[in-house]
Amino acid sequence: MSTMTTKKNKKKDVWLVISLSILAVYGLFLIYPLVKLLFQAVYVGGKFTLEHFVEFFSRSYYTKTITNSFVVSSCATIITLIIGIPLAYFYQMYEIKGKTALQIIIILCSMSAPFIGAYSWILLLGRSGLITQFIYNLTGFKMPSIYGFNGILLVLSLQLFPLVFLYVSGALKNIDNSLLEASENMGCSGVARFFKVVIPLCMPTILAATLLVFMRAFADFGTPLLIGEGYRTFPVIIYNAYFSEVGTNHAFGAAVSVIAILITAIIFLGQRFINSKFQFTMNALHPIERKQLHGWKNLLVHIYCWGIVLIAFAPQVYVIYTSFQKTSGKLFVEGFSLDSYREAFKNMGRAIPNTFLIGGLALLIVIVLAILISYLVVRRNNTANKVIDTLSMIPYIIPGSVVGIALVIAFNTKPLILTGSAAIMVIALVIRRIPYTIRSSVAVLQQIPMSIEEAAISLGSTKLQAFFKITVPMMANGILSGAILSWITIITELSTAIILYNLNTITLTLAVYVNVSRGSYGIAAAYATILTVTTVLSLLLFMKVSKSKEITF
Amino acid sequence: MSVKIKIVDAVKRYGNNTIISDLSLDIKEGEFFTLLGPSGCGKTTLLRMIAGFNSIEGGDFYFNDRRINDMDPAKRNIGMVFQNYAIFPNMTVENNVAFGLKNRKLSKDIIKQQTDKFLKLMQIEEYRDRMPDRLSGGQQQRVALARALAITPDVLLMDEPLSNLDAKLRVEMRTVIKHIQNSVGITTVYVTHDQEEAMAVSDRIAVMKDGFIQHVGTPKDLYQRPANLFVSTFIGRTNLLNGEVVMKDDKAVLVLPGKYEFVLDSIKEDEKKNQKVITSIRPEEFVVSETDTNGIPAKIEDSIFLGLNTHYFVRLETGEEVEIIQESKIDSIIPKGSSVYLGVKTEKINVFNEDGSRNIVTGVKNDLDIYRKG
Repeated sequence: MSTMTTKKNKKKDVWLVISLSILAVYGLFLIYPLVKLLFQAVYVGGKFTLEHFVEFFSRSYYTKTITNSFVVSSCATIITLIIGIPLAYFYQMYEIKGKTALQIIIILCSMSAPFIGAYSWILLLGRSGLITQFIYNLTGFKMPSIYGFNGILLVLSLQLFPLVFLYVSGALKNIDNSLLEASENMGCSGVARFFKVVIPLCMPTILAATLLVFMRAFADFGTPLLIGEGYRTFPVIIYNAYFSEVGTNHAFGAAVSVIAILITAIIFLGQRFINSKFQFTMNALHPIERKQLHGWKNLLVHIYCWGIVLIAFAPQVYVIYTSFQKTSGKLFVEGFSLDSYREAFKNMGRAIPNTFLIGGLALLIVIVLAILISYLVVRRNNTANKVIDTLSMIPYIIPGSVVGIALVIAFNTKPLILTGSAAIMVIALVIRRIPYTIRSSVAVLQQIPMSIEEAAISLGSTKLQAFFKITVPMMANGILSGAILSWITIITELSTAIILYNLNTITLTLAVYVNVSRGSYGIAAAYATILTVTTVLSLLLFMKVSKSKEITF
Repeated sequence: MSVKIKIVDAVKRYGNNTIISDLSLDIKEGEFFTLLGPSGCGKTTLLRMIAGFNSIEGGDFYFNDRRINDMDPAKRNIGMVFQNYAIFPNMTVENNVAFGLKNRKLSKDIIKQQTDKFLKLMQIEEYRDRMPDRLSGGQQQRVALARALAITPDVLLMDEPLSNLDAKLRVEMRTVIKHIQNSVGITTVYVTHDQEEAMAVSDRIAVMKDGFIQHVGTPKDLYQRPANLFVSTFIGRTNLLNGEVVMKDDKAVLVLPGKYEFVLDSIKEDEKKNQKVITSIRPEEFVVSETDTNGIPAKIEDSIFLGLNTHYFVRLETGEEVEIIQESKIDSIIPKGSSVYLGVKTEKINVFNEDGSRNIVTGVKNDLDIYRKG
């Protein structure tokens, strides 16, 4: 009897130790940097001061960027909803030719780093872009400028609508067909049903997608940096403030970062509040069956779906094309060659192994941590674990560059110097990208009844064995779908990495960025192509392993 | 306003698979009509053809004289209760019930009035502001019914509406449904695989198998004079015994196992000939005797005392097992192992031809026959 109880206590202790360890890790690598960031912002020379905040808010040069960011992010969000929701609706309701290919391309559109989209749109529609030149030569008509607000909006919309598509598709799959039939039965069909029944049923998901898109748009700095020109946005200011300061004192950058955190926190809480008004549960006994449309309706749906997707995908195809073009110095010339690839391997050959080493290590840690955290959150719901749950989600809403700045401020001095190491890159990637895997693991674990573990325990396994031998394998698909998203966001990560990298820890995405900013478009295109191929292979591998034709997030 | 439904030669195909072929049916105005059959028999398919959710590959569907084949489901003025209720999870009970009315662009007063009426009728007024996930199964069922009826449809369609409820609630809700249908007087088509439920609620029942209707009639007709062997085994419990009709002195004599034989006047005139038959004898149609040797010799194997009745499980000398229900007697239960003789209530039993395709006893009422003659 006594051995039984001590055994039980010991098991409890294992999970408690895990709980505390995870708390400690988050304390060291998230809370400590953020606190230090705050101190850096308000303590100058050992004295409390708000002078940096005052400086920020007293100059319209800075405050204007906040309005700019709000305007362009809001517009981009609205456009992504207008494009993405009907696309998801058509995709789930009707038979569309090549729907698997369509979905893969949509995912690919969302997976490239936004600034690659910006750069390829410049290649197509910029001052000397392919289409601009073509139309000018043909008609003498000068295309409106793509630089500034329009360009950012275009790039962000086409970059982010896939997220809306993926989210809303998932929600539509949860709608029971009989709900639609019931509505039709009561005289509500077609467009009226779309607005009165389908949209309200998807509302929680639409809100979640809205938040995600807005946050991404708001935090993205590669796009405005490349295509924004005079239209300065807030993340660019963060970046500039950080890099314009010398030495180890980043007071102004820290202050701007704190403002960024406050803004995103307010948006996040606002979304939470609105979301709480739309709480209900659904599950689909009979999912919607795709219908075959006929005649002009069928044609219009196909034109809409494929049209949008091909426009969004065109820049990536063009980048791949240019990677095979002959270059002379930094200019493209007639003919094809593999020179760009040769240069790419010669200059920053480290980028490819780095991407897999740093990214792979980060992914491994992400998976292990996410499994443990999801177990703690779902099965051992106590205060400590609630704190872990909240902590793990914080990086989801903080702009990446802020995370980068906070980490630099925390770890560029003794006792723990990590700046410039691969370790700090891994840490940044883990805390930034783990929320995807945690969320999907938690969702899956909630579906698995406790009784299955209890059955294993009653048959003689310990709690830890029951969890790892029974529950974890059952969670595999959920973990996997979160992990693929984490992985792809890891390899395309820019905003944090750009603050933390050096030549030894450069990754593919950074290499693209560096070469674009140097004007070496050929080499940049080569890196971008390698990145795209890696992404495609990752997706295909995922589909093969999970044996699913569709990807859901 | 209620309508009568007429279905003429309906055909349903999925690809090359014909699910329903040449099915004809008349459903009377204000009638509670049930499609009953095992799963996969096509009953839900037929219901969804009436509702307009399944395409119709052939034949004609009429509401009164209006052909509805190509009419939009939204315009058929049908109230439908789904198997899983299909209650909108994002709307309160009240908004669910009001949904169909709002689509008709009625005035606010009328919507309110109509909603109140049906909330009250289904006794769910107190839950009007609740969200559906905070309702029990029975309450959700009531919401689904109130919502379907609130639009004053011409026809009420119900697709296995009670299958998600527990046994007790099922019995309670079927009484509610029957009662509401009676008081509203609406033509109702009800789908179920539960024969007891069908008997309890229906005015008439169509028993379906493999896409064909076997028998249409009142519960009493189906039970007492089933049209064929399938119907006799599907409706209620029964024992099947092989036998023979033998003509003796112009009289049809039924010979059962154990050489038990008696004159059966109820055999149809044109079936009065020597032939092998299958006899369907329901458990309560046996008369058990320990003394009267005019019967099928058998041995009691087991007995269950259920208060009002006592069930006996009996093995015939020829090996068949038979279930018998007798009204419980005050003295005692016949002990296991006793030898008994089984007589039958000759006027009640049914006799089928050798392949079971038709009942050869008079008195079968099958409303389907009108299509066969025509």
